[in-house]
Amino acid sequence: MYRYDAIDHALVTQRVEQFRDQTRRYLAGELSEEEFRHLRLRNGLYQQRFAPMLRISVPYGLLESAQLRKMAHVVRKYDKGYAHFTTRQNIQLNWPKLEQVPDLLAELAEVQLHGIQACGNDTRNITSDYLAGVAADEHIDPRPYCELLRQYVTLNPEFYWLPRKFKFGFTGAAVDRAATRTNDVAVHLVRRADGAIGYRFFVGGGLGRLPMLGQEMNPFVPESDLLRYACAVLRTFNRFGRRDNIHKARIKIVLREWGIERFRAAIEEEYAKINASLEGDELLLLPEDIERIRAHFTAPAYAPQAEIGADVAGIAARDAGFAAWIRRNVRAHKVPGYRVVFVSLKAPDHVPGDCSAEQFEALADISDTYSFGELRSTYDQNLVLADVAERDLYEVWRRLDAVKLATPNIGLVTDIVSCPGLDFCSLANAGSIGVAQDIYRRFDTLDAQYEIGAIRITISGCMNGCGHHSVGHIGILGVDKHGEEWYQVTLGGSAGNDAAIGERIGRALARDEIADGVERLIRGYLELRCDEDETFIECYRRVGMAPFKARLYLNESEAAAA
Amino acid sequence: MTATILRRGEIVADDWTVVEDGRTELGAAGGKVIVTLARWRAEREALLSGHAAVGVLVPNTADIEAVYAEIADRPLIALQFPAFADGRALSQAVVLRKRLRFAGELRAVGDVIRDLVFWLGRCGFDSIVPRKDQNLEGCRAALGELGVAYQAAADGHTPVWVRRRRVQVAVH
Repeated sequence: MYRYDAIDHALVTQRVEQFRDQTRRYLAGELSEEEFRHLRLRNGLYQQRFAPMLRISVPYGLLESAQLRKMAHVVRKYDKGYAHFTTRQNIQLNWPKLEQVPDLLAELAEVQLHGIQACGNDTRNITSDYLAGVAADEHIDPRPYCELLRQYVTLNPEFYWLPRKFKFGFTGAAVDRAATRTNDVAVHLVRRADGAIGYRFFVGGGLGRLPMLGQEMNPFVPESDLLRYACAVLRTFNRFGRRDNIHKARIKIVLREWGIERFRAAIEEEYAKINASLEGDELLLLPEDIERIRAHFTAPAYAPQAEIGADVAGIAARDAGFAAWIRRNVRAHKVPGYRVVFVSLKAPDHVPGDCSAEQFEALADISDTYSFGELRSTYDQNLVLADVAERDLYEVWRRLDAVKLATPNIGLVTDIVSCPGLDFCSLANAGSIGVAQDIYRRFDTLDAQYEIGAIRITISGCMNGCGHHSVGHIGILGVDKHGEEWYQVTLGGSAGNDAAIGERIGRALARDEIADGVERLIRGYLELRCDEDETFIECYRRVGMAPFKARLYLNESEAAAA
Repeated sequence: MTATILRRGEIVADDWTVVEDGRTELGAAGGKVIVTLARWRAEREALLSGHAAVGVLVPNTADIEAVYAEIADRPLIALQFPAFADGRALSQAVVLRKRLRFAGELRAVGDVIRDLVFWLGRCGFDSIVPRKDQNLEGCRAALGELGVAYQAAADGHTPVWVRRRRVQVAVH
C-alpha cells in the first residue's frame, strides 16, 4: 500500500487548513453560496437532502486497518455511527455538520484519508481492480500507475476547474473488475510482444444521462508517457468541453459531437506537442520513478503453503453455513495456500454498502490478524480481504458472521448495487434503498439465490446514475412523475469485459409494482434459460427483449407493444 | 480611477488602462493600454504610435497557439475568466508560458475571486486583477496558500517524481 512521505503529508495537512479558512469565511458571510459550493465540493462536501454529505476518497479502493479504526471513530464522533461505500470505491458520511467538517478532515488526514476532489468539476478518485496484485489473471499490477496518476492530477492547477467531473479507471487483468470503460478515461495496462509495458487508452465513457462506453484512442502509449497522455486528454477536455449546459459537459459529448476521428486527432496532436516540449520532459516518467512507487505495492510476506494451507473442503463438509460462504464469498488467490475473501455489505434488511462503526472496528481487527492489515472496497459496494490463509478461513468466517458481514451472496440476486437515493440525496427523484430491500426479500432464501445464479441488479434514484443502473443486467432507474416515484427498467447492461449499456424495456413501473416486476423477470429467466449454466445475461442475449417484456407487463397490449 | 492589483505578489496601482471595444478614447496619450484581440488586429499601427505600450486581451475560447504569432511581442497578455469556475484560461496560460515561452506580463481578468488566486499563480499568471469586491490582502495571502505541489504547472515547481529522484524524502 502507498505510504505518504513528508511531501504527501504536508499537502493533505495544508489542504485541511485551506478548507478551514474557506469554511470560516463562508460562515462569516465573506463567501457567497455559489463560491463556497465549488470550494466545498472540491473537498468532498456535498449538500444532501437533510445534511451535508462528505465523500472520502479511497484511492483505487485500498484501505488499511488504521484507516478503518479512524473511520469507526469519526462516524461515532461526527455522524450517526455508520458510513456508506459507493460504486467508486469511496466512503460517504451522511450526517456531518458543516462547521465540524474541518476538524473531521484534520482527523482523517492523520491516516492518509481526505475528500480532495471527491466531488466537483475536477479529476475524481481513480478506481481500479479490487483484486490487483492477487488475481491469477493479472498481467500487470495497476496500482503503481494509479498512484503516479493520482499524484499528477491531485490539486493540478490547470485541471482544477474543468467543465465537469472527470474519472479514470485502471485495470491490468484479463477480466475487467472495475467497469473501466464507464469512466471518462479507461487505462488498460498491456504488455507488447517485445515485453514492453504500455497503456491502452479508452476515452469518452460515462454513465448518467446518455450513458456511453469509452472508445479506444490509442492502443499502446509507452510506459514512460502515462502523465503526458493524461495531460493531452485533460487539456483537450478543459479547452473544448462544453460549459454552456451541465448535461452536455462531459468529455463523451465532445466525442459524440466531433466523431471519433476528429476527437482522436485533437488528442494525438496535443500529445505530440507535449512530447516535443519542455513540458514533455517534466512529465516523462523514468523507470526509477515507476520502480520507486512500485516498491510500495510489493507482495506481503506470504507463508509457505505447508504452513498455512488447509483442507477447506473437509471443514466445509462439517458446517453448512461455512460451506455456503466458501462457495459464494471466497475466491482463488494466485499464491497457493491463500484465498481472497469477500465481505458482503448486503445483509438482509441492510442498506447496500453501509458499514457501522462496530463493523469498521471488526474489519480492522480481522484484517490485522488475518490479511496483512489491509482491506479493499469493490465496485459492487462490498469489501475484500485479499490475502487470507486457508487455515484461517473458518475463524475469519466466524468473526465476520458475528458482525453480519458474512452473507453468502456475492454476485447473486441479493448482491444489489444501489445509490443512497431519495432517502438522502438531494439530486434523487425516487427512493432506491427501499426498492433494493423489497427485491432482496423476494429472494431471501439461499436456495432460490443459488438457483438463479450470477446476476447483477443495479438501482439509481435519478438520471445521474450513481447506482450504475445502465450497466446492470437488470437496471432500475427511479424517476419522478408528478410527485410520485416510478421506476424504469433496463435489461442487458454489463460492466465487465462484455461491457454494454442496457436497453429500456418499456413504460416505468410504480413503486408498488417494481419488486413484483423484477420477480417476474427473474422467474421468466428461470423458464427461458436453456440449462442451469446459462446465466441471466447470457439468456437475455440469446432470447432478446420480447419474452422478458411479455413477462414484465401483465397487460397484454403493453407486453406486445414494440 | 486607478485600480489596485496584484503583480508578482505585491499589491500595486495598475498602470494599464483597459479600453473597451467601441470606445474611441484610448486613455491618456502616451499611456499603457489593453485592447481586445479584435481591435489589436484592426488598429495595430494606430495603437502603437499613440501609446507607450499596448497589451492584448485574448478570449478564453481562442486557440492561443494559433494567435500567438500576432501577440508574441506584446509586453502584456490578458486572459479572461468570465466565471471563476471556468478554467479554460488556465490551459491557455500554461501553454503560453511553457510551450510558447511567453515571458511578458500575463494577466488574469474577470470573475477573479480570492479562491482562484492560488491556482492562477501556479499556472503562470504574474498579474492578477481581483473582482472589485475582493480583499486584496486576502488575495495576496492566497498566492502562498499551499506550500507543496505534486506537479510542475508553470510556477517553477519541480514535479514530485523528479524531486524524489534527487533526495530520499522522509517517510511520514
